[in-house]
Amino acid sequence: MEAMAQPKYKGKRYRLDKPELLAPAGNLEKLKFAVHYGADAVYIGGQKYGLRSNADNFSFEEMKEGVEFAKKYGAKVFVATNIYAHNEDIEGIESYLRSLEEAGIAAIIAADPAIIEVAKRAAPKLEVHLSTQQSTLNWQAVKFWKDEGLPRVVLGREASLEEIAAIKEHVDIEIEAFIHGAMCSSFSGRCVLSNHFTDRDSNRGGCCQSCRWKYDLFEDGREEQGHWVSEEQQLMEQPAPAPSPFKPGVTQIPLFQPEDNQFTMGSKDLCMLEHIPDLIEVGIDSFKIEGRMKSIHYVATVVNVYRQAIDSYMADPEHYVLKPEWIEEINKAANRPLNTGFFYDTPDHEDHIYEPEEKAVPYDFAGLVMEYDERSGTAIIQQRNHFKPGDEIEFFGPEGTFFKQTVGSIQDENGSELDAARHPLQLIRMKLEQPVRHFDMMRKRKG
Amino acid sequence: MSIKPELLAAAGSVADAAAYLEAGADALLVGEDRFGMRLPGSLTLDEIAQVVQLAHGQGSKVYVSLNNLMTNDLLPELPAYVKALGDIGVDAVEFNDPSVLTTIKDLAPQVKLHWNAEMTATNYSTANYWGSKGASRVILARELNMDEVTDMKPQLQLEAQVQVHGMTNIYHSKRRLVNSYMQQQGRPVNDGSLGKERGLFLIEAERQDEKYPIYEDINGTHIMSSEDICILEDLHLLMAAGVDSFKVETLLKPRHYNEVVIRTYRKAIDLYAADASAYAFQEEWMDGIRAIQDPERELSFGFFYKEQVY
Repeated sequence: MEAMAQPKYKGKRYRLDKPELLAPAGNLEKLKFAVHYGADAVYIGGQKYGLRSNADNFSFEEMKEGVEFAKKYGAKVFVATNIYAHNEDIEGIESYLRSLEEAGIAAIIAADPAIIEVAKRAAPKLEVHLSTQQSTLNWQAVKFWKDEGLPRVVLGREASLEEIAAIKEHVDIEIEAFIHGAMCSSFSGRCVLSNHFTDRDSNRGGCCQSCRWKYDLFEDGREEQGHWVSEEQQLMEQPAPAPSPFKPGVTQIPLFQPEDNQFTMGSKDLCMLEHIPDLIEVGIDSFKIEGRMKSIHYVATVVNVYRQAIDSYMADPEHYVLKPEWIEEINKAANRPLNTGFFYDTPDHEDHIYEPEEKAVPYDFAGLVMEYDERSGTAIIQQRNHFKPGDEIEFFGPEGTFFKQTVGSIQDENGSELDAARHPLQLIRMKLEQPVRHFDMMRKRKG
Repeated sequence: MSIKPELLAAAGSVADAAAYLEAGADALLVGEDRFGMRLPGSLTLDEIAQVVQLAHGQGSKVYVSLNNLMTNDLLPELPAYVKALGDIGVDAVEFNDPSVLTTIKDLAPQVKLHWNAEMTATNYSTANYWGSKGASRVILARELNMDEVTDMKPQLQLEAQVQVHGMTNIYHSKRRLVNSYMQQQGRPVNDGSLGKERGLFLIEAERQDEKYPIYEDINGTHIMSSEDICILEDLHLLMAAGVDSFKVETLLKPRHYNEVVIRTYRKAIDLYAADASAYAFQEEWMDGIRAIQDPERELSFGFFYKEQVY
């Protein structure tokens, strides 16, 4: 396989020996899981200026708590301030950025110079990372932003490995790239479908994912009725106008058969797990996972797998092997089919989702390990979804903790036997076949 | 006293250019698909030189679109292209990518820079930032409303250009989405027939009356608005606010249609400039445009009077 071949491109990381694993955190709890499961940095959204206006975004207090928590692990917290601002947004930028600086945030991710310039002036301790929303795809543009004082650029998702290699070759700067998760199929920032369909401003966080809706594709069957006719065509038609190939009265010709799937712009999700050596060797400084709206189970699973893969490669590049269980793990969190985006070539029909989407993840996050008593082999588990004796479950945790077992008898806190764990967040006592630790998770196959 | 605003139209050929100048355009936007974006036609340097000659001959200006999203492989070609444009004597280029900005400043500093980032040019502060980097004009996003545009104007340290007529791009992908779809259907098309001239459009299930043109070119897939902006009725508000340039988008429209539109706006601008206090919009101006408007595309105020949420 491609991934096992010698990486083709060699590039240097700018400040870090090892690439940073950067994870999304939609709220404080997700932040803690992301960090505990091995993220070197997390990015979050605050109350303003982010692109997920529907997410349950952080208050400054929560940010401080998140920063404190992350610090214990040596991890950093970034805040996405990646909207394209309108006039009315300008006034509050300065005080907002000062508050981020005060909360101990390490960097903002910004696209709009209206925000970047204020950060440089008013909150100099905040690093500014150029957002993917700028769709930066060439080394001169990257150099421009470096000269503007930015230590890091998040490239557009259209950048290939080859293009990243050339950028790395020309400019000494941190390059961050999305390696996993959902993708805009448009150039980032270059889509206002939501604005047109629902009056929601996509570039200020109102995106309603119209790219994933289904459309019918037609061709205009009218003769020269308003549509564009090339000069060549006009010339050709002048001497002896060709008879119209379209039936009179038919104005739109469907370009699909009844049995066809509908047209869509919706893309499969990105997954570069099988290509970790390429990503590391090309010199990408930060590996970014998408998904501030995703669940704890998703964040923990995905971070856990990439952490192991990166560490394994860095420890011994020559003998690195892609473990099949990593791929199995990733698939347990995937809610769409996966592909490699633009890293190797331009996506084609195999990279889009024409069939009706099965949104459901095959696994539920069923419980969180709170405590474990080694002598008795018993754990206290906080219920996160329904489970009952006889269910097949899996435990997983950082550093490769993983085992399957069947749920035996379960008790509540007072020791009363339960026929099922039904109550959200209820503490459940159960015997486990292998040791676990606080923050390990229990998942259950759905259905 | 405000200066008379400019009337700008994109021209897809030398013949278009001649026709639009004749119809009253003060400035033309032309370019080549490799460097520009969503142009009604791709012109060679020779053709651009012809357009410059035509336009300058009657005191009009020529701008060249270089506002594509640049990739590494285009960078080596950029210096020669920019130098050639400088030699030809074009008046300005439209840019979005910083690589174009720096190349122009280095190699053709006499050429003015117009910052055109399409839907992401949404506030005065960012416009002024690009102004401080050398831009003399901002092309404002079509998703701004009238209040945002007019409130912004006094705070701008550079000229403002606003699209007053025609369709707008609402989605741009590097992916070849129509091609991919046809492959998926098992009826692949590889004859280059998915371009502007094909008349392809999308319909979304709950919006049966809205037809969204879609086409592919070397820059990927473009989806366009289902309506055509027409702000003629309230053009005086933009003139009173001192907007410097009005753009008629000619993309995907027959030349004759564009000529009528340009003439109509020409008339309105001239009347306002002659005597703003006596100026009044006349309904019959619209009749001329309505008579040739594609019946399946509504003329609308675009986002000028819409409230958007997020």
